[in-house]
Amino acid sequence: MITVSNLTLRRGGSTVLDQIDLQIPDKGIVAIIGPNGAGKSTLLHSLAGLQKPDSGTVEIGGGDIHNMKEQDRAKVLSFLTQSQGAVPRLSVRDLISFGRWPHHRGRPTAEDRAIIDDAIDRFDLNALESREVESLSGGQKQRAYIAMAYAQSTPWMFLDEPLAALDPKYTRDIMDRLRGLKDRSILIVLHDLSVAANHADWVIGLKGGSVHCAGAWDEVITSETLSDLYEVRLRLTEVENQKTVIWG
Amino acid sequence: MKKMTLVVLGLALLISASLLIGATNIFSGDLDTGLILAVSRVPRTFAAILAGAGLALAGVVTQQVVQNRLVEPSLVGTPEAAMIGLLAITLIAPGAPVIAKMSVAATTALIGTFGFFLLARMVPRRDPMLLPLTGMIYAGILGAAATYVAWITDLVQYINIWQSGEFSGVLRGRYELLWIIAALAVALYFLADRITILGLGEDYARSLGLNYRQTVYLGLAIVALMVAVIVVTVGAMPFVGLVVPNIVSRIWGDNLRRNLPIIALLGAVFVLGSDVIGRIVRWPYEIPAATIFAIVGAVIFLWLLNVRKAGSHG
Repeated sequence: MITVSNLTLRRGGSTVLDQIDLQIPDKGIVAIIGPNGAGKSTLLHSLAGLQKPDSGTVEIGGGDIHNMKEQDRAKVLSFLTQSQGAVPRLSVRDLISFGRWPHHRGRPTAEDRAIIDDAIDRFDLNALESREVESLSGGQKQRAYIAMAYAQSTPWMFLDEPLAALDPKYTRDIMDRLRGLKDRSILIVLHDLSVAANHADWVIGLKGGSVHCAGAWDEVITSETLSDLYEVRLRLTEVENQKTVIWG
Repeated sequence: MKKMTLVVLGLALLISASLLIGATNIFSGDLDTGLILAVSRVPRTFAAILAGAGLALAGVVTQQVVQNRLVEPSLVGTPEAAMIGLLAITLIAPGAPVIAKMSVAATTALIGTFGFFLLARMVPRRDPMLLPLTGMIYAGILGAAATYVAWITDLVQYINIWQSGEFSGVLRGRYELLWIIAALAVALYFLADRITILGLGEDYARSLGLNYRQTVYLGLAIVALMVAVIVVTVGAMPFVGLVVPNIVSRIWGDNLRRNLPIIALLGAVFVLGSDVIGRIVRWPYEIPAATIFAIVGAVIFLWLLNVRKAGSHG
């Protein structure tokens, strides 16, 4: 459980996050949705302890994330950031190995190696493990970075728009793999509402830096809440047993 | 590993060449060969090796800290900042021992480099060329300030000496400070994983449990100290820190735990090679190693910009 109380974050003159109160449940996939500029990425960074709020607390695993040492925090949550241009020339295996760094700090044990092998297997990267991350396609690259986060073996995985710029095949592939991680809780910023509708167990709708709606997807999200959240008429519907969101 | 053997072999050859080649013929029998070797040739060879290794290592650390392959200390104002410190101590306490001068230079180099780091955080990352351009302007301003102060205080000669790295003046007793680089290189090796993680960016570095700020400060302090020692003893040598890490990155990748020794070795090869060439082309006169390297380095760098990157490595 993540308990967020009164989280406020200002940048320049504007309030990016405004008195956020949340109790986010463990297990399953929690999606953060909302229009552009709603503060989704900032919320994720702030919950991860990567961006200090002006006030408020974020409690994960019994402690305030902003008062934890970096070393301890790295055992509570892993973080996938939006790709930022420069990719180091590391092999896929080397990249994933760095996921274990918080645990071994430079001296990998047999257990670390076993976990790295498992991450490579689970994300189907065996054929790519000695390739440079830089040389991979967008979808493969994202899979490698998620495998690194997975290898960190944290109860929480925070993913900031992991599906940005991915085609339907990789979108499906990555969401299916995330679904398969039964022992992890996943907090994920999503843009594609149909993906969120089919995969999210829980949802946080963010608008103008405030919580617009939060709760189990099926209980909270209707066509009306989505239309109100995005300020455009949207319809949540079902086609051949799959949920989808269309313009209404 | 074949390429690695080549690098080691190259260094061994260059060391022999460096010991044998010079204005005096050590086989002529007129002079005390042992004395020439001990007082001049051996120190000179060590100086070039240490300076080369230091410049290359300082280059890779700078690149990792700001996540940009197109920068190096001389493109971010580090040597210029060191020169400002050297000018200050020369004016205030002209008779200060070298170690004091070096300490002051290292301090101002650190301040100058850190200033660039703060500046780099404000530069948008979308175009990787923006950062080196910003750095060149920043270095230009620091350099102009140094030249101005030197001009009005009649110390322009010093600036010229500090700016053009060369090894003809290296004698026993005048280069030993460079051994600090060997110590720093060992320290850097223990930080190798951390420096690699810095290259993944601040978000990853911090979520992988790295104390980001402390690691950046430590990295920049090592860069500043290495550059200051080099400027004080043999003079600045631009582009070694740019070219060498880029070559190593292309061939062996960016895992520094594995590659720091190669970077240091290749830096030594290039600088010692430049010094040896500089001694040969106009024998018995000499051309500064920095000048030779500027030519060789520019050609290599242009080639690097054009060759296709290798797809994989072990």
